[in-house]
Amino acid sequence: MAERLFQLSIWLVALLVLLILLWLVQGLLDQGLAKLSFEFLFSHPQNAGRDGGILSILVATLLILAVTLVVALPLGLASAVWLAEFTTTNNVWARKVRLALDVMAGVPSIVFGLFGYAFFSIFMGMGFSILSGGLTLACMILPVFIRTCEIGLRDANDSWRQGAAALGMPKIKAVWYILLPAALPAISAGLILGIGRSTAETAALIFTSGYVDRMPESLMDSGRALSVHIYDLSMNVTGGDAAAQASALILLMVIILLNMLAFAVTDLWLGRSVIND
Amino acid sequence: MTKGYTIGQLTEAKACCEPIAHLSVRDLSVKYQQKTVLENVDLDIYKGCITALIGPSGCGKTSFLSALNRLIDMTNGASVSGQVWFDDKDMLDRQTDLLNLRRRIGMIFQKPNPFPLSIYRNLALPLHEIGVKDKQLIHQKIETVLKDVGLWEEVHHQLDMTATKLSGGQQQRLCIARALVLEPEILLMDEPCSALDPISSAIVEDLIVSLCGRYTVVIVTHNLAQAKRVANYAAFFWMQERVGKLIEFGHSQRLFEQPRNPLTAAFVNGRKG
Repeated sequence: MAERLFQLSIWLVALLVLLILLWLVQGLLDQGLAKLSFEFLFSHPQNAGRDGGILSILVATLLILAVTLVVALPLGLASAVWLAEFTTTNNVWARKVRLALDVMAGVPSIVFGLFGYAFFSIFMGMGFSILSGGLTLACMILPVFIRTCEIGLRDANDSWRQGAAALGMPKIKAVWYILLPAALPAISAGLILGIGRSTAETAALIFTSGYVDRMPESLMDSGRALSVHIYDLSMNVTGGDAAAQASALILLMVIILLNMLAFAVTDLWLGRSVIND
Repeated sequence: MTKGYTIGQLTEAKACCEPIAHLSVRDLSVKYQQKTVLENVDLDIYKGCITALIGPSGCGKTSFLSALNRLIDMTNGASVSGQVWFDDKDMLDRQTDLLNLRRRIGMIFQKPNPFPLSIYRNLALPLHEIGVKDKQLIHQKIETVLKDVGLWEEVHHQLDMTATKLSGGQQQRLCIARALVLEPEILLMDEPCSALDPISSAIVEDLIVSLCGRYTVVIVTHNLAQAKRVANYAAFFWMQERVGKLIEFGHSQRLFEQPRNPLTAAFVNGRKG
């Protein structure tokens, strides 16, 4: 009896979560769907975003994300490999780095925004630019990404490390050919988490990549990210609600698409390591 | 093709075992942090022979084994003193090229540890690392070692299957093949059959016997019957005052049937250990 009650309550809770999610999406669809069209995707915003589309904003969003990933991916993987494979668990420096990462993971994104503004925009002279925004987001997602990858690597079977060493394989080769592919599920989880947080980020971008809604011409141009666009439309632009909700729908789709892409890419990489060469 | 093998490929060379030292261990001691686990071991490992290391758990057999390919260096706080002469060089020397050493002295672990890659890649990866790039040569070598360990018939049509899907015994034979593909001179085996079911264990044991004469084999085993069956020589380790020591070494048959040391006698007759 207690068992069945327990099961029932778990089902109910799961259903509740699903309902809340559907309710959210329904709210977006309500006004957004009418606004959504091919036209909306491929034209520039006009009249402060009330009319027109979101092409320039979509481009800026993807550019910011690209900068973030190009910086965070190699840096994150290298740090994780260093923490997991090239230091002992008690290494003084590794412990300090780990502590710093864990603290940074809990810092609110607005703080990263202020740091990015002070460091990248002002001190490094990047101004309000996609580059500055992307780098700020990279700082923001790195802590969680590094720790997820590190844990993934540590979970890799120790006997593979020994096996590789016993075959006279240099450590770095063992990491590259055996341990990283083995840690791939953790890496892709960290990546998807990072992508989700980056695409949804507003606070860290307002002061760094800015909110100019023109088509960006280079990484040094200011660019308005989708989330900033949504924020601006719903908070500052009267009569922008429909456009805001349509943009939010697009954002939702972008995140789903990117997640699928991340899965596909990691699968491909896993395939590379398993298939004959 | 025969280059690098002690005497030759399994399919063609004839078995032989000569009392010529391939590895000479002198005054070897192993410590973990401050705790000595093995002290003053002097032992010659004979070329082409199978040497079994027997003794109770915790008497330093595995430490001894992993000192021979310096894999013990990977263990935190482990320190080894003494000398291990291999090719007129003390390979405990700091200057030793460990990668090269471990390519010449292969190791098989207690639990089969195939990489989570395809069967083919498990064998191709070590070859790739020593610079064998020619695909045909790689394929040929892989076929040879898989035949050597008797896996070819079982897996040749599914070489791209993930190796971890093989059965335990097949995995262990794959690991032996992976060690053999580098054409080592010496194979170190740490209880290679203890994680396997009796039938797989018998197959791997037969394989080990077939290695006699072609490779120098050092095998740690807790199974005395197995040691009796496979080994040409046996070395008996025992704990004295909480420190592992080599008590007796000799022809396997002699050591089992006419042990000289009373401790050995007690152990092989099942009265101790």
